[in-house]
Amino acid sequence: MIRLVNVEKSFGDQKVLNRLNLTIDEGKITVIMGRSGEGKSVLLKHIIGLLRPDEGEIWVNDKEITHLKARELNEVRRQFGMLFQEAALFDSMTVGENVAFPLKEHTGKHEKEIETLVMNILREVGLEGVEDKMPSQLSGGMKKRVGLARALALNPKIVLFDEPTTGLDPIMTKAIADLILDTRKKFAVTAVVISHDIPLTFKIADEIAMLYEGRIIEKAPPEEFSKSDIPVIQKFLNAQKLSVAFTGGRK
Amino acid sequence: MKNLLNAIGLGIIRVISEMGRMMLLFIDSILWVFRPPYRPFLIVKQMEFVGVKSTLVVIITGLFTGGVLALQTYYGFKMFSAESLVGATVGLSMTRELGPVLTSLMVTGRAGSAMAAEIGTMRVTEQIDALSVLAVNPVEYLIVPRVIAGVIMLPILTAISDFLGIIGGYFVGVELLGISSGAYINKLIQYVDLSDLYNGLIKAACFGLILTFVGCYKGYTTSGGAEGVGRATTQGVVLASAMILIADYFLTALMF
Repeated sequence: MIRLVNVEKSFGDQKVLNRLNLTIDEGKITVIMGRSGEGKSVLLKHIIGLLRPDEGEIWVNDKEITHLKARELNEVRRQFGMLFQEAALFDSMTVGENVAFPLKEHTGKHEKEIETLVMNILREVGLEGVEDKMPSQLSGGMKKRVGLARALALNPKIVLFDEPTTGLDPIMTKAIADLILDTRKKFAVTAVVISHDIPLTFKIADEIAMLYEGRIIEKAPPEEFSKSDIPVIQKFLNAQKLSVAFTGGRK
Repeated sequence: MKNLLNAIGLGIIRVISEMGRMMLLFIDSILWVFRPPYRPFLIVKQMEFVGVKSTLVVIITGLFTGGVLALQTYYGFKMFSAESLVGATVGLSMTRELGPVLTSLMVTGRAGSAMAAEIGTMRVTEQIDALSVLAVNPVEYLIVPRVIAGVIMLPILTAISDFLGIIGGYFVGVELLGISSGAYINKLIQYVDLSDLYNGLIKAACFGLILTFVGCYKGYTTSGGAEGVGRATTQGVVLASAMILIADYFLTALMF
């Protein structure tokens, strides 16, 4: 379980997180929605200790991580996997080396064993025969799959997804959504997904949280969430419906 | 007037806070040199990049610097019939000053800039965050091997440059301008001490530290996309070059 308590964060004069409270339940897929520039990625980076809050506490299971030293923080991070927005693959390494990287760093397993593991994980995310390619040779969707494979290599308990479908076509979006659901099923992970893609959100979410003006203004299962009487949420949901209707109408 | 003071004050604050950030990262890097995990493979890879791949540039720089030194001093010394001192002048200038400084400046342009660009790109594409998330310290993984490689390779490159400078000077002085070979070598041996050579090499090690660290620092603190990477690269080269020349003065004042 992850718990954020009264978290505050400012960059210069701009307050991005404002006494934010959020609980993320174990084994569930929690999607955090919000407009662009609302601070969703900042929130995600707090959960994994890439950013430290100005005020407040962040609990991962029963550890408060905001005051941990680098070494202790690394221990906590071993429970996490993260898929970055642009996958953030190491572009000086092949796909295989990217996926093998965490295994080589942290397991002390034998070269051959790692090789087999890498093949297996890549197969799990639907990729085969790409081990020797460089990241620059892959499409956006494939990069994300490799990024996910790398994030899953150490069997994390919690996986964070930063805008997993941004910049992908609808077919690839669906594939990634299935992949997230699959990941949860096969690896029994807690997933935190950041997105402003409403169809994706309603397809995968167990819980939806809405970030607005630095706070979580609603957190509920999808059905309840869509019936929320908070105007901002209705406006947000309706805007997406409108854009779907609009593009549908044009056809 | 108030605006002017404001601007000056802000500028000073910015410079001091940048120096502070740089110092903190520097201390962090030095601590990681002594802490495990040690990464011999990455260090060797960086030694190849900083050292082996800079060899050609250093050879050319060394040869021609020695040559032009001989050429310039020959015409001056000839007025006093002191042509025989050309060898000593070339030897002293190369080992004490030009070898270490020019080699470092060339390597800054080649390797320091590449480090700033590579690490900067990793920063803006979140690869550095990815390292942290995978529980690998980016300072230890990215900066330390490069800095160690710089400190080891710059003296070696400088030694090559010193040697070739003297050869270049010999070629121009003896073969082209007709100084006697014995005089060139005799005076060279008479006036150039071993201490000149190794003090020059110590300087080179310091410059190697400066140019790799500044390149890494600028890359590591990059922000603002592709434009930011370009800015970091330029700033890295300018700052490292300036710091090398400043450090050169103080090291020289200390050593000789």
